[in-house]
Formats: sequence, structure tokens, C-alpha cells
Amino acid sequence: MAAAQQNKIRNFCIIAHIDHGKSTLADRIIEKTGLLTSREMQSQVLDNMDLERERGITIKAQAVRTVYKAGNGEEYIFNMIDTPGHVDFNYEVSRSLAACDGAILVVDSSQGIEAQTLANVYMALDHNLDVFPVLNKIDLPSAEPERVVEEIEDVIGIEAHDAPRISAKTGLNVEAVLDAIVEKIPAPEGDPDAPLQALIFDSLYDSYKGVIVFFRVKEGTVKKGDRVRMMATGAVEEVVEVGYFGAGQFLPCESLSAGMVGYLTASIKNVKETAVGDTITNADRPCKVALPGYKKVTSMVYCGLYPADGARYNDLRDALEKLQLNDASLFFEPETSLALGFGFRCGFLGLLHLEVIQERLEREYNLDLVTTAPGVVYHVYKKNGEKLELTNPSNLPDPTEIEYMEEPIVSAEIMVTTEFVGAIMTLCQERRGVYLGMEYMEATRALLRYELPLNEIIYDFFDALKSRSKGYASFDYELKGYEKSELVKLDILVNKEEVDALSFIVHALSAYDRGRRMCEKLKDEIPRQLFEIPIQAAIGGKIIARETVKAMRKDVLAKCYGGDISRKKKLLEKQKEGKKRMRQVGNVEIPQKAFMSVLKLDDE
Amino acid sequence: MHIPFCARKCAYCDFLSFPGNQQAQREYTKKLIEEIKCQSAKVKEYQVISVFIGGGTPSILGIDDMAAVLHSLREEFEILPEAEITMEVNPGTVTAEALSCYREAGVNRISIGLQSADDKELRYLGRIHTYDEFLKSYQRVRMAGFDNVNVDLISAIPGQTLESWKNTLKKVTMLKPEHLSAYSLIVERGTPYFDRYGEQVNMENRSLTLEERNSLMSLPELPDEDTEREMYYLTQEFLNEQGYERYEISNYSKNGYECRHNIGYWTGVEYLGLGLGAASYINGCRFHNTPVFDEYCSAHLDQEEAFQRVLRQEFEQLTIEDKMEEYMFLGLRLMKGVSAHGFAGSFGHNIRSVYGMVLDAMEEEGLMEFIDGNYRLTSRGIDISNYVMSRFLT
Repeated sequence: MAAAQQNKIRNFCIIAHIDHGKSTLADRIIEKTGLLTSREMQSQVLDNMDLERERGITIKAQAVRTVYKAGNGEEYIFNMIDTPGHVDFNYEVSRSLAACDGAILVVDSSQGIEAQTLANVYMALDHNLDVFPVLNKIDLPSAEPERVVEEIEDVIGIEAHDAPRISAKTGLNVEAVLDAIVEKIPAPEGDPDAPLQALIFDSLYDSYKGVIVFFRVKEGTVKKGDRVRMMATGAVEEVVEVGYFGAGQFLPCESLSAGMVGYLTASIKNVKETAVGDTITNADRPCKVALPGYKKVTSMVYCGLYPADGARYNDLRDALEKLQLNDASLFFEPETSLALGFGFRCGFLGLLHLEVIQERLEREYNLDLVTTAPGVVYHVYKKNGEKLELTNPSNLPDPTEIEYMEEPIVSAEIMVTTEFVGAIMTLCQERRGVYLGMEYMEATRALLRYELPLNEIIYDFFDALKSRSKGYASFDYELKGYEKSELVKLDILVNKEEVDALSFIVHALSAYDRGRRMCEKLKDEIPRQLFEIPIQAAIGGKIIARETVKAMRKDVLAKCYGGDISRKKKLLEKQKEGKKRMRQVGNVEIPQKAFMSVLKLDDE
Repeated sequence: MHIPFCARKCAYCDFLSFPGNQQAQREYTKKLIEEIKCQSAKVKEYQVISVFIGGGTPSILGIDDMAAVLHSLREEFEILPEAEITMEVNPGTVTAEALSCYREAGVNRISIGLQSADDKELRYLGRIHTYDEFLKSYQRVRMAGFDNVNVDLISAIPGQTLESWKNTLKKVTMLKPEHLSAYSLIVERGTPYFDRYGEQVNMENRSLTLEERNSLMSLPELPDEDTEREMYYLTQEFLNEQGYERYEISNYSKNGYECRHNIGYWTGVEYLGLGLGAASYINGCRFHNTPVFDEYCSAHLDQEEAFQRVLRQEFEQLTIEDKMEEYMFLGLRLMKGVSAHGFAGSFGHNIRSVYGMVLDAMEEEGLMEFIDGNYRLTSRGIDISNYVMSRFLT
């Protein structure tokens, strides 16, 4: 295709809460713009990983280019950039937004605005995007478009009365959305002849082409054979190919110039060199400054991952390396645990990210994993002036050497119907939240603002929020910074021996309670053995809680009829096999799942 | 020899047994006799020192059928004159006529499945008889002239108390049977008891009538672990007082009345299983007959291919290591334990050169002891014998 005129290009994204219909609308847009026939459509084209489909969320940002022939006979190029829909991926969302000129806000007309939506809309407005709303699921009997229109106007302050009322599911009125894209989203600007300045919003590793970089050209032009430099990482490479995004395929072209969205390949081996948010420029004719907003991605949540079968350590390392090719935000380094043997300390953007990686390791690489309790990064200031970034509780220095410690704090916004405000405030209080304020969005809904320690929300805060609000609360947060805190390391002793993999850092005030519940939980998880096993929780050598696993009293196969020795032998072998699924700590065998049980302490 | 028929299947039973009509029983008897002929032809060089006819309920077979089977055994095998020949009978299924027939056919030991002397507990187990019916059967057995009688008992029955168990032991020992088997109830997978008392109550996977389901659900709880252990220790103590010696984990007898057949299983004596699902150990090989009734009854056993397919299932030739393992974990079921001398004699290796590490570890944990040249389980070792035995597996 010949280079498109800038004024015929529309670069946009879709903002929506989970389940409000983003992917379905994206599918319809692709369908209506005729890029794919109905027959070719997979149900959700944008989400191409199985996992994403099952979880109903989009993990990796991607883009699609389609061609729309408008009523006036003009052809427009739509670059639809998908954004991840979870708070763990906030930074990726912001970079995707920065690659757009406008956004469609999809709101479920039976549900209204959610905290997540609000956060993303504000983020889009911060990036100077033109946002126009679409009311989806208009076909549902419970749809209340008028109420939702008012809500959008009151809460966000954008015009919503002429918002297209659609059903993405049935395709009803989707044409109105296409026309609105042409009318309401501005064409990109930028000078094709200026020095190259392009924003990376995603990249993925392909075993044939190497890293494929997704970017938006802000200024200048890039073509095959150019030498480009990544301004933040400094990597310099020669461009092998540039092109557009078809639906699920790459379409090579001659060049990409200001306003266009596309990809390039340059035999880059590692996605680390093409960090999201970095600026691509021409190495021989560089731009003066990089685009604003680049941040080095840092892990927020850490945990230990160990192969259940110690012999598969190398397989786990290979699998992590492969995943990292495509996920620059995944961090890992080898570590050893007395209880679990050789494994890796891994860093993630958040708990969802952790779960996704864990599931992919288990599913795609067939690994059986033992995961230790996830924790955040603590700052430890020692009396000798040293500062430590602590990611593994086992590495905490002796308390006498510590001057003070800091923990990460987030600013959180929780949107909830008014009847559950009390319950949610109680929850936030339990999690050491500091109340900042509350706003009523409308008569029945409120937005609560809290500051919460990150370590209080990484385990099961989301689940607790949902269960205590009967599913009506939604939640968004961003890291605010570090604050001084009274933190202690809680150790678990099984049969008087400390189990390093079960240690975690906890606030001094909740230590007693956590220790007690931890002991209770482990008591249920550790099977009876030949002798009595005390399970103790301790802080710095002081025991704060204790439970006992009683000794096994009997384990007998009483009968053996008719000389069926083989059957008896099989039973004994099974018993022996079962022991292999245990971890030996001292002379106690701890089942793998006990190490995970700490994750589910707050399930009352 | 296995007779797989029962008037009704008990709720705790996971043995290969089922109610069979007259025709099925006839058909089975015929096939059993055919099997006896075909099997015996392959083991002509063997002499038989014991026979055990179990089930199921062997006494449920018609007298003529059983007589024909017993006759065939005598015809086809060389059964030694002093051989121990045991027949299992169930109270409520055994007549004086049948007993005298068994006796004439050479049966010299009777094993009666009583399980409990408490009628309520018998009902919970799903037994078809009362204690009173047992008494009558027991009298008939004695009247028929049997002087070697075993009574089977089960402890830790739903609703059972230490008191009621003691009462069962008292009542039974007053009858002075020569031998007692006393098992702790084990809730086996696949039984109605498992659905009721297993890891989770699950009534859905079983086709029960509403009435059956309700009665299963209304069963009282099992005795707790502490009570169960007390019952178990009481059994030992009480039976010892009454002059019974425990010679195997669950078996007690008056001096000289140990069940030779049972001991054979634990000491590597060869045996040939006959009938549905029966297990064999012959010539260093383990195998078993098909457990599928129709396959068994329709097989042409005189054809070698069918014989091998139906009567040599899961055929396994034991290696020397297998045999040593078995010597250990089977021998430990006997109270006297395994003989170091016997081990050396059988395998040409010193027992300590093969199992020294495990033996030391077990001794250190207080689970085994070495007395008079024998390694045996301690009382604690018996409690958790599965653990000890599994240590001898490679």
C-alpha cells in the first residue's frame, strides 16, 4: 500500500473494565472494516494466548491495523492498540496510551463506570487523548443507558449524550462507532522529514525474526536498512524489516513515517534491549531528546519458585529464560533454600503477573512448582549506613544491625456501592490502610481513597474485596513510595527447625495473628508422622504461637486375603511414592502444598 | 480356592464377591472343577500341605456342588494326609448336613465370620446374621466334630465402644475357639463405607436405593482414633490372658493351632490359587486368575492360549531382589519376625549386608528389635507396620 496520508490515519485504543466488552468490540471493528471475513474470525482475535482467553483479560498489548471505507467513500486506516486490563500492567497501559491519539471508552450500560475504567480514563486524559464514550450491552434487559450517560458526564466530565448505544455482541449499531472514530479522534501530527522519534509500546520475541518491536512513529521516517538506536538502552541495530499489523500477521512495507503504527525487526536477541517506553531514533541522524515517560520496569512482588522435583532445576531455568525473551518485566536469579533446594527468586509486576507466569510454567513447560510466599521489596537501613533492598525474607540481617525499615505504599481507589462502604472500610483498616477520603459518584456509589501497604494487598486483597462487596467493588492502585514501618520477620519452626521457605516479613502488629493462623494452617497441611511435631511461629527467637501435629498412631494393612501379595506390595509402594512428594526438613516431611498454604491465610 | 458368592455384600467389604443365583453358582462350580483339572496337570510334582477355601461365602454353595469340588481336589492333587484344610463358613448359611459333608470330604478346620457379638453392630456392618445365629452355627460346627475352629472378629465398627468390643471378646473366648482373627476395620476405597466414612462423604457415585442410602447415612460415626487404639491394645491383652498367643499382626491362636496356610503366605511357601481372581505364587512367579466372572466362566481352559490368558494374569517372575524384599516385608507380619539365619540360607547373603542400614534405622526409631537371631517389629512398629515394611522396598 502506498504511504497513507496522515489525515486518513486514526490511532486509538479501547478503554473498558474487564467484561465490559472491549475484546468483543475490537472483534466487531475488525469484522466491519472487512479485514477478515466472518469465517476467519476467531472469537477474540486480539487475545491470542489461551491463557488470556480463559482469564478473560488481555495480558500483552498488541495492535491491529484495519482499513475502513467511510460513507464519504474515503478509506481510513485504523490502528487499534490493545491495552492490558490489569493494574499490574499500569505502566504498559500508559505507554500504549501514549502511542494513541484518542480512545474509545466502553461502558457496560447495565453496570456503569468501575474504578479500573476511571483510572484508565484519567490516564488517557493525562496523555491528552480525545476520549469518546460508547454504551455497550444495550440489548440487556438490565441496561440503564440514561443513568450511565449521566454518570459518565458527572464523574468523568465528558459529553456522553450522543454516545453510540451498541451491542458489540450482536453487532448492533457498531457502524456508529466506526464513524465516531473518524469524526472524533484526531489525525496524528508529526513531520515525516524530521529526525526519527518513535515510541516503543510493546515487543515480542520470535524465534525466526528475533525481537519484533511495536512502535508509533511520532516524528520522521524509518525504513529497512536504517541504523536505529534505542535511546534508553543504547542498543544500535540495522533494521531488517518494517511493517504493519494485520490481524494476527505481520505485513511488511517500505517505510513507516510520522503518525504510523507498526513494527520493525533488527536481529535483536532480547526484549530487554527494546524496553517499553523507550524511544527509537536514527543512529546516524538522531533526534535531540527522547520521548517523555520512559520508566525502567521494576518488580513489585517477589517469590521463590522451586521445581517440585529437584532434578528439573535446569528445565525450570530454561523455561524462565524462554518466558523472559518475551517478558522484560520478569526477573529471576538463582537462590537456594534449605527446605526446597535449588530454585529461583523471581520478581513480578504484581500478583496477577506472578500467577500468569506460574501457570505458564506449569502448563506450557509441564513443570510442577513449589512457590514460596510472595513478598514485596523492603528497604532495610542498617546501623552501619548500608542500605539493602530486601526481596527474600531469609536475607534479613540480624535485628540488632537494623536501624529501620521501609515498605512500599500504594495509593488505592476503590469504587463500591454505598451499602458495602462499611465492609470495605473495615477491610482496608484490617490491612493497615490510611483513609484519605470518599467521594459519592452518584447516590448509590462511592469512591474510597486509601493508602495501603503493598504487602497487605498482594495476597488476597482482591478476593476479599470481591467477597465482602458481593462482587460490587472495583479497585485500582499505583505505587506511591516507601514509608518507614515497624516490620518483623516471622519464622516458622517445624519440629524446632526453622524452615527458611516459610519465613515472611510482616508488620509487628499483625505478626501474632499471622503467626497463629499460619501454625493452624500448617497443622492441617502436614500429615501425621511417626512422632509428635511442634509447629511454632517465632519472631527473633521468641515463640509467639504453637500448634502440634500429633504422632501417627497407626498405619497398618490389617488383612491380606488369599495371598494377594502383589496388591499389598503396590499399596506399600504407593505409600513410599507419596513420601517423595514431600520435602524433608530435618526429619519431618512437609508436603509441597503446605508451602503455598501461606498464600491463603485470610480466607475466613 | 475362592468362592465369590455371598447372600449379600457387606458394606465394608472390598473382596471379590457378589450375590450369585443358583445358575451362576452351578456354572462356576463346573468351571472350577475344569480349572482344577487343568491347573493340577501343570504342578504334578507338588504335594499339598494346606488348603483354604474362602470367599465370598463358600458355605453358600449347594452341598452337591461343594462335594464335587472337594472330590475333584482330592482326585487331582496329592494332598498330604496331615494337610490343614480350612473352609470358611458364614453364620446363617451353614447346615449340619453341609458340615458333615465337608468333614467327610476331609475338611478339618472351620473359619466362621462372626465379626461382632453385638447385633446392632452386625447390622451396621451389613451382616446377614445375628449373634444368636452364630451361636447355633458354632454349635453345629462343634457337633460335626471339628476340633480346629477360627472365629473372625472386627474392631472399630461404627458405633462400637471399648465396652462393647470387650464384650465381644469375652463372649467369643468363652466358646474357646482354637484360633481368632481380629482385624481393625479399614475403610476401603470402593465400598459403601468409603462413601460414608472416606475422605469425603460422597453418595453420588453409587447406585443405591433411597432406603439403602438413608440407612448408610444414618450409621453412627466410627470410634475415634484413641478409642480405636485402645480396642486394639485391649485385644492383645485380653486374648493373651485367655491363653491365645498372637503369632501374626491380626491372628491369635492356642498353642499349636496357628493357621499353617496363613503362615505360608508370609514365609515364601508356594501356593496355587483356584477360582475367580485367585492369586498364585509358583516357581518364583506371581500371577492371578481373571477377576471377571464371565471371562472365567466362558474360557476354554483346556486350550493353552485361553489358559494363559485367563489364569496367568499379571504374570511376574520375581528377581532375587524381589524375593529378598518379600522375605522381609512379609515375614515381619509374624510376631517372631524374620530369621537372619533363614535369610542367609535362602539367598546366600548376610541379611545385614543387604538391609543393615534400614535395620539399624528401624531399630534406632524403636520400630524393630533383634531377638534370638530374629528381626521383628516392636509394639510401636506393629502400629505403623506399613511404614516399616515400605522401608524394605527399593
